Amino acid sequence: MKSIIAVFTVLTAIIAIWYIACVPMNIKGVLDGAERAGIEVVPETARERRDMSEIGLVISNRFAIDETWSQDRPRLPAPHQVAVELWETTVEKKITSKRSLIYHGQVTLSATLLGFAIGTGLGILLAVGIVHSRVMDMSVMPWAIVSQTIPIIALAPMIIVVLYSVGVQGLLPKAIISAYLSFFPVVVGMVKGLRSPDHMQLDLLKTYSASTAQGFWKLRLPSSLPYLFASLKIGIAASLVGAIVGELPTGAVAGLGARLLAGSYYGQTVQIWSALFAAAILAAALVAALGLIERLLLGRMGVKT
Amino acid sequence: MNMETTTQAPEPQATGSQSSAQATVIEAKNLDLTFQTNDGPVHALKDVSLNIRKGDFVSFIGPSGCGKTTFLRCIAALERPTGGTLSVNGMTPDEARRQRAYGYVFQAAGLYPWRTIAKNIKLPLEIMGYSKTEQDKRVEQVLDLVELSGFGGKFPWQLSGGMQQRASIARALAFDADILLMDEPFGALDEIVRDHLNEQLLKLWARTNKTIGFVTHSIPEAVYLSTKIVVMSPRPGRIHDVIDSTLPKERPLDIRDSPEFIEIAHRVRDGLRAGHGHD
Ligand SMILES: Nc1ncnc2c1ncn2[C@@H]1O[C@H](COP(=O)(O)OP(=O)(O)O)[C@@H](O)[C@H]1O
Ligand SMILES: [Mg+2]
Repeated sequence: MKSIIAVFTVLTAIIAIWYIACVPMNIKGVLDGAERAGIEVVPETARERRDMSEIGLVISNRFAIDETWSQDRPRLPAPHQVAVELWETTVEKKITSKRSLIYHGQVTLSATLLGFAIGTGLGILLAVGIVHSRVMDMSVMPWAIVSQTIPIIALAPMIIVVLYSVGVQGLLPKAIISAYLSFFPVVVGMVKGLRSPDHMQLDLLKTYSASTAQGFWKLRLPSSLPYLFASLKIGIAASLVGAIVGELPTGAVAGLGARLLAGSYYGQTVQIWSALFAAAILAAALVAALGLIERLLLGRMGVKT
Repeated sequence: MNMETTTQAPEPQATGSQSSAQATVIEAKNLDLTFQTNDGPVHALKDVSLNIRKGDFVSFIGPSGCGKTTFLRCIAALERPTGGTLSVNGMTPDEARRQRAYGYVFQAAGLYPWRTIAKNIKLPLEIMGYSKTEQDKRVEQVLDLVELSGFGGKFPWQLSGGMQQRASIARALAFDADILLMDEPFGALDEIVRDHLNEQLLKLWARTNKTIGFVTHSIPEAVYLSTKIVVMSPRPGRIHDVIDSTLPKERPLDIRDSPEFIEIAHRVRDGLRAGHGHD
């Protein structure tokens, strides 16, 4: 009960700050519009207003405060504007509509999931190799680290162009960018997890003359699961980012990234923000789903949670 | 209780010698082990010679760092001696391990938290390829042996420390090893639990006729349990004294107040003190 109150308080504070921030952010736009509509504002011309602080403008034009929360194309849309847009483009639109966020979300989601699957599979394979082979440990790990230092925004267009030139387009290039971002946390977490059994546990298996494969299936893999799940949660969020970034350079027409891009072309800030929120909600849902799977699986394994 | 040991466990590598009750199981001759560390060589074992006969209960006692663990690990082929010879069941330790000559009990129970007690005991059986029905049969047997019947379905965290350690002993008993190596198995437990487990261990030893190598640094524990007490001293780790116990095989807990017991304990303590004096 106490924690619910705390969460609610924080949420209320964030929304309040957001509303307050809308006022100075949007005041100039509102006043420009009002001037054009023949309403008297202080000071009268846009040039004079440009040099004034937003706070000063708000104080001298208090009548305009309401307007800052209901503009068509505000610099910063108010929470309820985003909420209304989200509602209209999800619940009230048919899924097949090009304006439906569900439609765009599902396009991005399929690239995310495919990329996540590729990235996770690759990450686990690399981790198994790294843990069992010194050569792989020394040769693969540095490259995996280097791969993550290249900004994805620079790499994404190259990946898409290269794949396009060999005739691969659509879902796969986006999924590959997704996989590129998500394999790394999986490798790191999985290597740590597979190495988590201590000396005593490894010695115990040695006293049974267990093979490497038996050690892997019976000890290393089960020990690694908590680590793996922590990585998967990071990995799936990274996958979503990858899929969205993958939609930007192609000028894709579908997907949350395409929505973001289209919104910024046409100054549709409300659309941008609602796409951002859709992405955040999607990411939260994916992480929560993984958390649920983790709880079920580890619970079945008898791990006390 | 019967003084005679009930030998129901079949001998996997019976070599035909009927007088196996006296046979040497573990034989160390001039064993040396030097660890190469960053701070230079550490002489963990020096010139260690020891015979352990079938059915012996041998305790290794000495201050920490005197090589007790290292010696046990050499027998288990977890460590390779740098000099001397060591044979287990007439084989090299490596061969003996492949023939499942011993079960090893570590200081910590080390049960897998994701496996129930029964599944933990099955771990070595799965690895060694026992059939499902055989696995179930043996789990029942050894759970009974360590008085944990009915706890097979519990997870380790549902058991007390003493029960977990008993489960780990059951795990070491599940396959037909006739040697049991235990490295301070009760070191982390409180005195009362320890007394109880010592009593149980003696009964278990009598019932199974195993050869037991037991590391401890408690004098009463060593004297109470052993037929042979090996007193070791450190830097370099070596055997200072070997005491053959004159106590009868059947030992109620209050035997610890008997003059015989106290005399042996004295000899152990003197040995430990003299060993320390070398520093
Ligand atoms: N793997 C190892 N590497 C280096 N030194 C070791 C290793 N294992 C044990 N030693 C050293 O060997 C000596 C004997 O250790 P150990 O057998 O563990 O003693 P104990 O069990 O009697 O306390 C100690 O000085 C210890 O530091
Ligand atoms: Mg030790």
